[in-house]
Parts: sequence; C-alpha cells; structure tokens
Amino acid sequence: MSLLNLSKLEKRFGGLVAVNQLSFTLEPGQILGLLGPNGSGKTTVMNLISGAFAPTSGSIRLGDVELSRLRADQIAQRGVARTFQLVRVLPEMTLLENVMAGLVFTGPRLWGQAAEQNALALLQRVGIEHPPHTLSGELTYIDQKRLELARALAARPRLLLLDEWLAGLNPSELQVGIALIRSLKTEVEGIILVEHVMDAIHALCDRCVVMNTGSKIAEGTPSEVLSHPEVVRAYLGDADA
Amino acid sequence: MKSTRSLTAVLAGGLIVAALLALLPWFADGYGLSMSINIMNYAILATAWAMFSGPTRYISLATVAFFGVGAYTVAVVGEWMPWPLVLLCSAVTGLILALLVGLSTLRLAGVYFVIFTFGLTELIRQVVTWYEVNITGTIGRYVFLDISQEVIYWQQLGLGVLLFLAVVLIQRSRLGFALRIIGEDETVARHCGLYTPHAKLALFAISSVFMAVAGAIMAPRWTYIDPVIAFNPVTSFLVLIMALLGGVQRSYGPLLGVIPLALLFEYLNANFPNHYSILLGIIFMIIVYLLPKGVVGLVERLGRKKVKA
Repeated sequence: MSLLNLSKLEKRFGGLVAVNQLSFTLEPGQILGLLGPNGSGKTTVMNLISGAFAPTSGSIRLGDVELSRLRADQIAQRGVARTFQLVRVLPEMTLLENVMAGLVFTGPRLWGQAAEQNALALLQRVGIEHPPHTLSGELTYIDQKRLELARALAARPRLLLLDEWLAGLNPSELQVGIALIRSLKTEVEGIILVEHVMDAIHALCDRCVVMNTGSKIAEGTPSEVLSHPEVVRAYLGDADA
Repeated sequence: MKSTRSLTAVLAGGLIVAALLALLPWFADGYGLSMSINIMNYAILATAWAMFSGPTRYISLATVAFFGVGAYTVAVVGEWMPWPLVLLCSAVTGLILALLVGLSTLRLAGVYFVIFTFGLTELIRQVVTWYEVNITGTIGRYVFLDISQEVIYWQQLGLGVLLFLAVVLIQRSRLGFALRIIGEDETVARHCGLYTPHAKLALFAISSVFMAVAGAIMAPRWTYIDPVIAFNPVTSFLVLIMALLGGVQRSYGPLLGVIPLALLFEYLNANFPNHYSILLGIIFMIIVYLLPKGVVGLVERLGRKKVKA
C-alpha cells in the first residue's frame, strides 16, 4: 500500500484554483520532491496534507486513513509532522521546550524527565550546540530551522513535510543539511520536500512531482522531470523550450 | 520546565507565607484589616487573571463579570442557604458563565477577544439591571449576612492558597505547557497535535471560577449591592494593570503588582478623589510603556545582563 495517496485534490480560494485536480502517491521509504515555480501551489498542498486548510474536494489518504476531513491536530496525531516555509519557532520558550512541544501531545506523548531527555537527544541530532535553556528567539535563522526540524521529528511521524527547509543555507551548511535529511530516511516512512535547491533535489529525491498554476505538469525521477519540456517552459518561458 | 526548583520547596514556602498571613487579624486594626481584605481580593483576581491570560495572551476584560456574578449569587441565595453551599453555588454559576463565554469567544483572537469580554461585562450588567427593574421591581439588594471581617479575610486566604496550588500545579502540567504553546503560536500548537479550544476553555473556566468565588466572599462586606457596584468595569482594568505591572510569566508575578498598586489606588482615592480617573490613566500608560513585561520581566532582564557582563 502507498504511504500517501492524493486523489483529485482541489483547493479553491474564492475564484482562485490554488490546487487543481492533483493526484500523486508516495511509496513507503521514498523522498518525494514537490517542485514548481513560485505560486504554483506547492505550499498549499503541504497545508492541505497537514490540515492547515481543508481541501475543497478530493481525498488525501495516509495508509488507509482518510485525512482530508480531519483537523490539523487530528492529522498530527495520525503521524504527519511538518516544518513551515517561514520558520515558526516558539520564540519565548527554550530550545528544550520547543522540541518537547512536538512529543508531549502526539507521537510518544512523553512528559517530565523522559520528555526532556528525548528532546535533548533531538537537539543534538539536528546539530544545535546552544545550551538547551536558551530562548529560541535568540537563535540564528539556520538554527531556528534546525529547531523546527527537531520539533517535527520529536513526534516520530510516519510522514514528514519539509517546506523549503534547505533554502537560505550556505554551500557547506547545505551539504550538512542534505546529509541530515538523507539520514532521516530510516526513521520516517516517507518525506515530501518542497524545494528549489537543485543540488538537494538531485541528491535526495527518489521521485518528483512538478506543479504549475495548481496542476501537476510532470512526474518522475529528478533528471526526467527537470528535462521535461513542460517543466522547462514553466520555469523559463516558451522561447527556451 | 522548572524541574530545577523543586515543587516541594515552592509548596513549603507558600504554606509558611500563608500561615504567617493567617495571623494578621490579631495584629491589624480595623483599617488595616479592611485594607488587607482589599489587597487580598485584588491578589486573587490578578492571579486568577494571569493564570489564563498570562500563557495564552488573551487579554480578558471580563474579570468583573465573573466577580459580579459570584457576588450576585450571594445576594440571591445567601439568606436561605448555608454559607458553604452559597460559595459552591457561586462557583457553579461562574463555571457555567465561563463555559458559555468561552465556547463563544475563545475562537476570537487579539483585539476582538478584548472587546468582546468588555462588551460581555456590560451586557451582563444591563441584563441584571433589566431583570431587577422589570421582574423583581427593585434595583438593589441587601446582603445581611453575619460574617465578620476576620472571617472574610481567612476565607480569602484559603481561596488564595487553593489558587496558588492550582497555578503551580497547572504550570507544571501538560495543560500549562499546552497553553504556553498556544500563546506563542496557535498554528504550531495545532500541528503539534493540540486541540486548542479544549485547552483554552479548561483554563478559562478554572480561572473564572476563582473570580466568582472571590466575588462571593466579598459580597457580605458590602451589605448593599446593585449592578453598578457588582459589575464595575474599573475593577477589570485594575486587575489587568496590576497583573501586567507584576508580570504574568511567574506565578508570584501578579502579587508584585497588586501590593504597590492597591496601596497607591487607595492613597489616590483618599487624597485626590476628583482626579482619580486621570491619575489612574496616567499610571496605566506609564506601566505599559516602561514595563511591558512587568517587574518580573525587568528583574530577569537585569539578571541576564549581569550574568553576561
């Protein structure tokens, strides 16, 4: 059975069709790249899967669980965790508390010492070297992204959604980031990446889905989709296709 | 997490303070005791306010709605029920009102919530006024209960101890943690698996029950109450500003604001009765501008600077 199955998913905001009859599947153990120009609807798809918005129509199944009618908190309970395109840490809470937020109410549902120890291990895992009682608002942008990843992993999700998690990293940080995401393959059943960094897409994605103005225009391995004429046209315009 | 400071130490410290405070009626004169009752009342209201509004950052101006409903319960059922049952009635009334208000307002955020809670208080006052004028035919009620100042004070102390116990325990519980996450970022909270309306409603209800019982305990002191006295909106503002001056991040924070401000307001009221509102407004502004995180926030900021230096 597929880990995730999107079928004829649609989201309208008034007259705007942000996601149009989108269907794709994610097989267990795979990393899927969700690509497309700005405004093509990638982040909306992430928001639909995680329950930030309800879809207008269509279905989202995680294993045999239908997610499309559930609230964000119920979807989190069923094993979907995410990071946000514009990083969202809890700025006046400590690093430790930020990670604990991910595992107290869902996933392992730990509390007290066990929760703290788990959170400490995750902070180390994502490479944050600050003292755990630092306020997270004091971190640099990159470390805030790491912290968000630690919070998402804390829930021990089946499906992890990373929305431009690698954006804004310098070349050496990017290599570390790619290695980190690759190492997650053994922990979560599947990952969906929204990403613009080509190196990362080639290095990480087993398959890619390319969107333009809300619809899927190509699907396949990274090298297949990136040479697909529709994709080239979407990114560069007609003359280059 | 405050695992560094042990729970037993906090509780033991609290009990010692409470025991010392219980001795006060033997030392204070009539004025002193009356002043202490006043301070104790604000201490309970401000701490109960901060219990909900501190972590969630939902600024409520409905404090006096619950306080007034508690007091009114005493005026209605006080003469024919035993006192403990009267207190229980006021707690239940406060709880029902909190659940009604909570279910309808906790989906609102920011300034809409503030305005709604303020409007709600006025609405309740008008409804009670209408009811008294049209149904009972009299605007005021008398509360003839033989409860001495000392007993009022001790009841307040008991309620205060319960309240602190609740605050300390909730802060260390999953519920308290949940509310802090909600206060920081509700979207993140939902994606961490929290169904946010339940968590908010639970804490709002607990906080409101304490306010209602505080009103019930205070009622016998007035002998006469009418809607204008029981639902005076200034009380909500005073409680808010006391809690903000003290700081809402720590359980003892509101107390640091209550004691100086209660004394100051008493002084202003006695010496400048005609300019009281103006002075009150100026103090509000000074506090919000100079101490956005209260005394606790200021002390902690200075503490951090010292550590870094």
